[in-house]
Amino acid sequence: MAELELTGAEIVIRCLHAEGVKYVFGYPGGAVLNIYDEIYKQQEFEHVLVRHEQAAVHAADAYARATGKVGVALVTSGPGATNAVTGIATAYMDSIPLVVISGQVPTAAIGQDAFQEVDTVGITRPCVKHNFLVKDVKDIAPTIKKAFYIAASGRPGPVLVDIPKDITQHSCVFQYPETISMRSYNPTSKGHAGQIKRAVQMLLEAKRPVIYTGGGVILGDASAQLTEFCRELGYPVTSTLMGLGGYKANDPLFLGMLGMHGTYEANMAMQHCDVLISVGARFDDRVIGNPKHFAKEARRIIHIDIDPSSISKRVKVDVPIVGDVRQVLEELNRLLKGGSERPDAQALKAWWAQIELWRAQDCLKYDRSASVIKPQYVVEKLYEVTRGDAFVTSDVGQHQMWAAQYYKFDQPRRWINSGGLGTMGVGLPYAMGVQLAYPDAMVACVTGEGSIQMNIQELSTCKEYKLPLKIILLNNGYLGMVRQWQEFFYEERYAESYVASLPDFAKLAEAYGHVGMRIEKPEEVEPALRRAFTEYKDQLVFMNFITDPRENVYPMIPAGKGLSEMILV
Amino acid sequence: MRHIISILMENEAGALSRVAGLFSARGYNIESLTVAPTEDATLSRMTIVTTGSNEIIEQITKQLNKLIDVIKLQDLTDGDHIERELMLVKVRAATGEQREEMKRLADIFRGRIIDVADRTYTIELTGPGSKLDAFIDALESGAILETVRTGASGIGRGDRMLKI
Ligand SMILES: Cc1cc2nc3c(=O)[nH]c(=O)nc-3n(C[C@H](O)[C@H](O)[C@H](O)COP(=O)(O)OP(=O)(O)OC[C@H]3O[C@@H](n4cnc5c(N)ncnc54)[C@H](O)[C@@H]3O)c2cc1C
Ligand SMILES: Cc1ncc(C[n+]2csc(CCOP(=O)(O)OP(=O)(O)O)c2C)c(N)n1
Ligand SMILES: [Mg+2]
Repeated sequence: MAELELTGAEIVIRCLHAEGVKYVFGYPGGAVLNIYDEIYKQQEFEHVLVRHEQAAVHAADAYARATGKVGVALVTSGPGATNAVTGIATAYMDSIPLVVISGQVPTAAIGQDAFQEVDTVGITRPCVKHNFLVKDVKDIAPTIKKAFYIAASGRPGPVLVDIPKDITQHSCVFQYPETISMRSYNPTSKGHAGQIKRAVQMLLEAKRPVIYTGGGVILGDASAQLTEFCRELGYPVTSTLMGLGGYKANDPLFLGMLGMHGTYEANMAMQHCDVLISVGARFDDRVIGNPKHFAKEARRIIHIDIDPSSISKRVKVDVPIVGDVRQVLEELNRLLKGGSERPDAQALKAWWAQIELWRAQDCLKYDRSASVIKPQYVVEKLYEVTRGDAFVTSDVGQHQMWAAQYYKFDQPRRWINSGGLGTMGVGLPYAMGVQLAYPDAMVACVTGEGSIQMNIQELSTCKEYKLPLKIILLNNGYLGMVRQWQEFFYEERYAESYVASLPDFAKLAEAYGHVGMRIEKPEEVEPALRRAFTEYKDQLVFMNFITDPRENVYPMIPAGKGLSEMILV
Repeated sequence: MRHIISILMENEAGALSRVAGLFSARGYNIESLTVAPTEDATLSRMTIVTTGSNEIIEQITKQLNKLIDVIKLQDLTDGDHIERELMLVKVRAATGEQREEMKRLADIFRGRIIDVADRTYTIELTGPGSKLDAFIDALESGAILETVRTGASGIGRGDRMLKI
């Protein structure tokens, strides 16, 4: 008897079932109608209908950031695919595992300037880990299998699968491959034993060590191993924006975030250390500033990264360890615990004494007596009211930095933001993806009045799917981060950074069917937050905090300067 | 420094544009690039000639290796290797004297005249790039009507091989 044949569209759905996908974020259109027809007939996953394809990809991306699973988005050809590009590039820059399925015009129409045709594979090539154009229905299943495998393994990243409409109509026998092996793709996860031994030796010889952690710790689920490693050595720890939550922010070993808006103590320690170990962090320009300045102080560097191209890219490394952070840290911990050598206690004591002096600078202080609402104060209160237990997403700008500095993350995958691409507009769709992943969790979106308007249409999606997000709008009336640069570096010429004619956000939220609030006085901040998280627990609350329009993010290292050239408050 | 990098990759649609796109997106130089399928039709072999400091070449090889379609690569410049390029030159050969002179030059450089017309010769020449350059230099500039070069292909000497 002939085996049952399925259409390409059915096969797509079966593949997603086989991958255990729970949510597909998407938006329909001509080229994907066959796939949507099959979605209609199935119940295994829920399709989340967003209001803009960019938001579909962001929401899938946040789902991946919060859960560690691969996020899935589905868009149509042409404008559907081009709208998705910002989402894909955002995920790519932060190494987030995604599978994006896009419809394409029928095979015979490709290259004919057909209706809603764009070269999606060409457009997305520089911002995906890999992409495919499926030209035969038989290739759908193996291609989707590969897509999930590539997205999630090694250094994670988005993978796009472009499927022409006729291919979704053709049929063939369906069989989902159980395993996949690719001769051209075999990421290494186990670090080189000899290099790991050298690293241990170097770490134990250190007089002024620093542990510099990054997004790799979160992506590699290595928080427990990192904590053990840091505690074993008693060395100071700092994190990039992307690594926050990997090590408990309240722990005395933690110096706070480093980089452009990092703490004084973290940046000074980074500049003056003699041995530096980077754990899944990539020496970004917003982190070490000018590499020439960074290289002025002699130090030896150990770098653990799963991607060889991250190592010695911007800074020359002495001990490269290519591998998965978790596996490498486990091995380091085993050697440190098993060996008889201990860190140089005396040197370490002196180093900590120096660090405490830097810490005493209290670089995150701000005026708590002000009669206007200080944005930092809102984030501190958010932290208190949620007892540090919320998922916090943010948009891009000053508010993002304040959220990073003042919400003390002590668990991984709780801080969800766009670091590498710095995409305004991610905050709300990110919160949607997180809330769907964890329906009972507190999810707060810290945003600015500029950023929130870049995907505000998603308030409608939130209503449809009953997502009780708490939107914390730090409304300074300015594209604040831009205004800050203009104040510091352009002699206060505020070109186009003032946003006139803002809507009444509370009313806008109400129009979408949510709860809106406007908060103007410092003493109203805490009660408003408490109400939002108790009385309105099950509703989306849009809190418009009117904050000090002139507040700046401190400390700040001007772009291109060195780590010790900070502007302090 | 000039480097010649050999790449073995999946013979997939778009593989070439991934490599070319990588070079342009990251601002790396390409002096030449040649590509064709191998004896195994599922594989393509590419030769890229590029220049850059050691750090840049290290990044280029790492970034190339990162491309999913790339199976293996080798920086031929790291060891003994052979490099060849093919050039076709159309030269003026209208008078007896000119034809004589072209024939003589082609012989010296071990080129072959592969097309003879009333007023032109087309000469085929293979060798390392420097030899092709020398041939061009040896011709009077007015004599050259058209040139086309393939860019270098390279292979390791002896047991040095790039294969899966
Ligand atoms: C307005 C604004 C201001 C900013 N200011 C700052 C700032 O002050 N400080 C700051 O730190 N950042 C700041 N950033 C973010 C900055 O741009 C970078 O995104 C960030 O510093 C990169 O973090 P990372 O080095 O941890 O790398 P990520 O981008 O998180 O990369 C992770 C690294 O880990 C590796 N990796 C992944 N998985 C594994 C694994 N399993 N095992 C081993 N390695 C793995 C990857 O290959 C990669 O090299 C700012 C961004 C914006 C938008
Ligand atoms: C899509 C996009 N466009 C432009 C920018 C440049 N940019 C970075 S921060 C910023 C201002 C953000 O304003 P707002 O959302 O109000 O936040 P604030 O800085 O005021 O807290 C701008 C325009 C960007 N990051 N993303
Ligand atoms: Mg603002």
